[in-house]
Amino acid sequence: MKARAFEYVRASSLQDAFEAFARVSGDCCYLAGGQSLVPSLSLRLQAPAMLIDISRIDELRGITLADDMLRIGALTRHAEMLTSPEIARHAPLLQLAAPHVAHPAIRNRGTIGGAIALADPAAEFPAVTLALDAEFEIAGPEGLRRVRAEGFFKGLYETALEPGEILTAIRIPPFRAGDRAVFDELARRRGDYAIVGAGIQGRVAGDRIESLRIAFLSVGPAPIRARHAEAAVAGHALSPAVIAGAQAALERDLDPAEDPQTSPAMRLHLARVLLGRLLGRLGEHPACKGAHA
Amino acid sequence: MSSRIAVAVTVNGQAISAFVEPRTSLADFLRNDLGLTGTHLGCEMGVCGACLVLLDGKAVHACLMYAVQADGQTVQTVEGLSESRAIADIQQVFHERNALQCGFCTSGMLVTAHEFLSKCQDPSRAEIRDALSGNYCRCTGYEAIVDAIAETARGRADRAGIPSQAEQAAKSDAEETPS
Ligand SMILES: Cc1cc2nc3c(=O)[nH]c(=O)nc-3n(C[C@H](O)[C@H](O)[C@H](O)COP(=O)(O)OP(=O)(O)OC[C@H]3O[C@@H](n4cnc5c(N)ncnc54)[C@H](O)[C@@H]3O)c2cc1C
Ligand code: FES
Ligand code: FES
Repeated sequence: MKARAFEYVRASSLQDAFEAFARVSGDCCYLAGGQSLVPSLSLRLQAPAMLIDISRIDELRGITLADDMLRIGALTRHAEMLTSPEIARHAPLLQLAAPHVAHPAIRNRGTIGGAIALADPAAEFPAVTLALDAEFEIAGPEGLRRVRAEGFFKGLYETALEPGEILTAIRIPPFRAGDRAVFDELARRRGDYAIVGAGIQGRVAGDRIESLRIAFLSVGPAPIRARHAEAAVAGHALSPAVIAGAQAALERDLDPAEDPQTSPAMRLHLARVLLGRLLGRLGEHPACKGAHA
Repeated sequence: MSSRIAVAVTVNGQAISAFVEPRTSLADFLRNDLGLTGTHLGCEMGVCGACLVLLDGKAVHACLMYAVQADGQTVQTVEGLSESRAIADIQQVFHERNALQCGFCTSGMLVTAHEFLSKCQDPSRAEIRDALSGNYCRCTGYEAIVDAIAETARGRADRAGIPSQAEQAAKSDAEETPS
């Protein structure tokens, strides 16, 4: 199917975009990579009067390290997560998740800002930003504000973005010595949306996991941290008993809904299997080896 | 109705200026306005991969962008890749290996194969399957397509005199084994 007719405006600055937004009283959508918006318009799930193309706004580009934070411009494409040396060094969890995001050609166009703003419950990057304790830089006509990932994802496709606001960048505390990142998901085919997925970033001290953040995707209306599972691991060496304890604790973290293909019990089971694998991999870190000896 | 917008885009080496409706997809523009029907439309929602073209050298879905977004950029369709002979060896092996039956998916497969082989010279079959994850074929069962891409990669490496990973491994095994 084809999209309903719309006006098209290419914004050259944030100010430009906000002015266009005001001109049509908000009956519009910002267009970044278009990899979710275009199909949605083709299916006529949305039919705005105007598309405001933000994909050529320079302020939304670039990956830089400043004030001990890695700043990733909203227009950074999924494919760049796989090739950027800065991402590999300072935010390897994003690099680990990227091969699971859609297919190569979609990764060539899709942007991380679009993925975060859309907040699809099955998307990889929103969950990863939770595990990374990221914060988002948001611009509106009144200026800039910052929101932590923790308070950003509110529900199904629902975020802290107010109408008209533009996500300009993702800020991430850089990966340090002793940090360890793992990501994986279970999907029917590579590139399909995951049945369940998770990313973990942990900090290793001696033979113990000093602290960690575990974030799941595809198990609820929004990405979610598994706090009980985290508590079962933090401060311990990754022994089989500790891993089993974390798997058991997941029941208190996740409450998957019924869906036609996967029952809640099966999804919880798969989440436990995945968590076991990921913690096992986290434990393969040289510093944790002692735990198995 | 929304007004038409000027677009300047280079398609297969040729500078094109046109006025398009904003909602015209790049795929419809290529097919209907320029007559380049090698770019196929299956699902029109990014799932089947029949509509892949190169935009500034990268494979993208022509159904997932509007022609106006390509303003100032360079598009290569399967026709352009074919005429420049950039994919001549892939096409030849697809033919020899029966990697197409109805041919509907083939232009997308060729664009994916072209981009993939430019980045990965000595792929494993698993890597090839991964690269094809966004391309549907309803006829071949994929096996022949994977064969064809693997054989093209080997052919290119042979012509460049580069041994494959498997050959290198065999060679180092032979060197390690005392005779
Ligand atoms: C077949 C297919 C499979 C896919 N599989 C996956 C997958 O497995 N995992 C996954 O995560 N994604 C998947 N995607 C979606 C893809 O990753 C999208 O690229 C991504 O969700 C949106 O990014 P975009 O830049 O394309 O945004 P767009 O489509 O341009 O925009 C999406 C939404 O976000 C808004 N928006 C975009 N940028 C901003 C911004 N900077 N500030 C404020 N609002 C903004 C838009 O207005 C729109 O509402 C898939 C898509 C397709 C077509
Ligand atoms: S027509 Fe573009 S992906 Fe199917
Ligand atoms: S050859 Fe018919 S769809 Fe692939």
